[in-house]
Amino acid sequence: MLKYCLKRIMRACISLVIVIAVVFCLLRLMPIDSYFPNLDDMTEIQLYNAKEKLGLNDPVPVQLGNFYQQLLRGDLGLSNKYRVDYPITKILAKKAPVSIKFGLMAMGISLPLGLLLGVLMARNRNGILDRVGTGYVVLMQAVPAAVYYLMVQIYGSDWTGLNILYKTGVPSSIILPVVSLALPSIAWYAMWLRRYMVDEENKDYIRMARAKGVPQRAIGFNHVFRNAIVPLIHGIPSSLLLTISGSIYVESLYSIPGMGGLLVEVIKMQDNSMVQALVIVYAALGIIGLLMGDILMAVVDPRISLTKKEGAR
Amino acid sequence: MSKFSMNDHISKKLEKSLTEQDLADAGRLPDVLTEEQIAALPASLFSRRAYSEEEAERTGYSDYSYWRSTIRAFFKNKAAVCMLLLAMSLVLFSVIQPYLPGQYDPNFINNDPETGMQIINQQPGGQFILGTNAIGQDFWARLWAGTRTSMFLGLTVAAIQTVIGIALGMIWGYLRSVDVFFTELYNVVTNIPSTIILILASYVLKPGIWTMVFAMCVTGWLGVAQYIRTQVMIIRDRDFNMASRCLGTPLDRIIMKNLLPHIVSVIMLRMALAIPSAIGSEVFMTYIGLGLPIETPSLGNLVNAGRGMLMSPSLRYQLIYPAIVLSVITVCFYMVGNAFGDAADPKNHL
Repeated sequence: MLKYCLKRIMRACISLVIVIAVVFCLLRLMPIDSYFPNLDDMTEIQLYNAKEKLGLNDPVPVQLGNFYQQLLRGDLGLSNKYRVDYPITKILAKKAPVSIKFGLMAMGISLPLGLLLGVLMARNRNGILDRVGTGYVVLMQAVPAAVYYLMVQIYGSDWTGLNILYKTGVPSSIILPVVSLALPSIAWYAMWLRRYMVDEENKDYIRMARAKGVPQRAIGFNHVFRNAIVPLIHGIPSSLLLTISGSIYVESLYSIPGMGGLLVEVIKMQDNSMVQALVIVYAALGIIGLLMGDILMAVVDPRISLTKKEGAR
Repeated sequence: MSKFSMNDHISKKLEKSLTEQDLADAGRLPDVLTEEQIAALPASLFSRRAYSEEEAERTGYSDYSYWRSTIRAFFKNKAAVCMLLLAMSLVLFSVIQPYLPGQYDPNFINNDPETGMQIINQQPGGQFILGTNAIGQDFWARLWAGTRTSMFLGLTVAAIQTVIGIALGMIWGYLRSVDVFFTELYNVVTNIPSTIILILASYVLKPGIWTMVFAMCVTGWLGVAQYIRTQVMIIRDRDFNMASRCLGTPLDRIIMKNLLPHIVSVIMLRMALAIPSAIGSEVFMTYIGLGLPIETPSLGNLVNAGRGMLMSPSLRYQLIYPAIVLSVITVCFYMVGNAFGDAADPKNHL
């Protein structure tokens, strides 16, 4: 177990180091004009000095080494266009809580609803509810998110009279973005829970339990649900962590001042150092989320704990 | 999902075909006829057949054909067949649309012949079937040009991912020496969110359709390859394959008959699902400003432009139409892919 965890952590670290190196090197390949808005007016010496200030005159490996050291100190560098020479970590510290708030609210809605829908769909398989639910899942899975987010925004604000954009201090303007965020996650949880439950129900030990006369309700909860939920737990640390990064779509659609909208904004401004920092933060969150999911899986899987407790038999 | 529903379906059908009378008869009549009953059977019901050696040898032979069963299983799913027809007609129409009479160029800015002004935001109907957009381009032509671009993107990405995935997956599965390299590569790459790879590649390279294809394929093949590798490794040492090899079956036959049927369902499923996801990624990338340039109409571009019309309800058709086409195409491919994946799985054949 410990060996597995260490191995898994090592792998995550290696991924992270590689990702940072790739991101850093790729962004060094870009033309330098995006660093200096008034490139044409600059003399050679001015350019040299400006590059010296940003550390761009060193060979790339040296720059990369410096960048790693800087990251270890928890410094993501300075923004160069979004807010000139302002520390990126401070910008993120202001933006992240907004995204977390929305993400957690959406998760708080979607997790119970999604699990409920999944259980109900698995309960009356091939019934009317199952069909409707499957239709909803297919729609959410196949249709690009942009389309249904926009539909929620247009018709949601038309029919209910809610604000079309997010306004700080107006609690009702939170509803539409949170609903948009929750819709696909509900479908996601419902789809997988249904699939795992159906798979589980067809296993031999369930038939055995039924033959023994265990009540249907007890089978449903103690065996089917508990085993089916385990693979879903894998994704929960990721979802929790990724609330920090926010949803790129939803935040810029509703002009929510969070992390997701920020990425779109700095890409449009061509602020290289901000893009670099945000991409690294996003990748790191993704990697850490998966790592935690894998470790959590190993911890909670009832089959693993069972063999530990009763291994002597 | 349908692994189980298929069986349910059949048992239900059997139940239905038995009438009440049959069930009552089954309870009343004994299964075995007595000597007298056999003797009482009229001889005209039976006829003698000449002995044929060929016929006698036929016992136990099934004329199972993989592809015939697959296609039969697929055509049983009426909804999927409808979806397939719909998707094909959409694709076909988007291809022939420019050759129909009276079509406008998607990038041509229409001016009013009298005033010389651009015909902007004209409502659907009349001269332009779906009206014009904010700078006077024919929306109908743009819609179909966009469908073409998006379909091209989806199909190209799906094809490239599958071809590279199968080729490298086979190598990965067969050659033990490269296994460590590929496995580590897979472990590292799958750790990184794919959105990040997309954003990064498009940010660094020049925006355009081939940048997008590259960005989607650069890691997308790994998923296919990993699946193929697992299948190859499982099947390579299975008993039936061992038997085939011992009997001297040539390699191409082993690949075609023993390996491919196990893999083809997932290849098909992956290909079909790669199309909507590639189209969706294009919409996403265009949305965050890293997509195709505006001169190349795509469904992503149209949806993105239509988003600007959100505030004026009379102009929302510029958002609604591309959104509808986009949804129909992606849902069709998704459903067809799933149905075909199920149909191609030998476990679902009877």
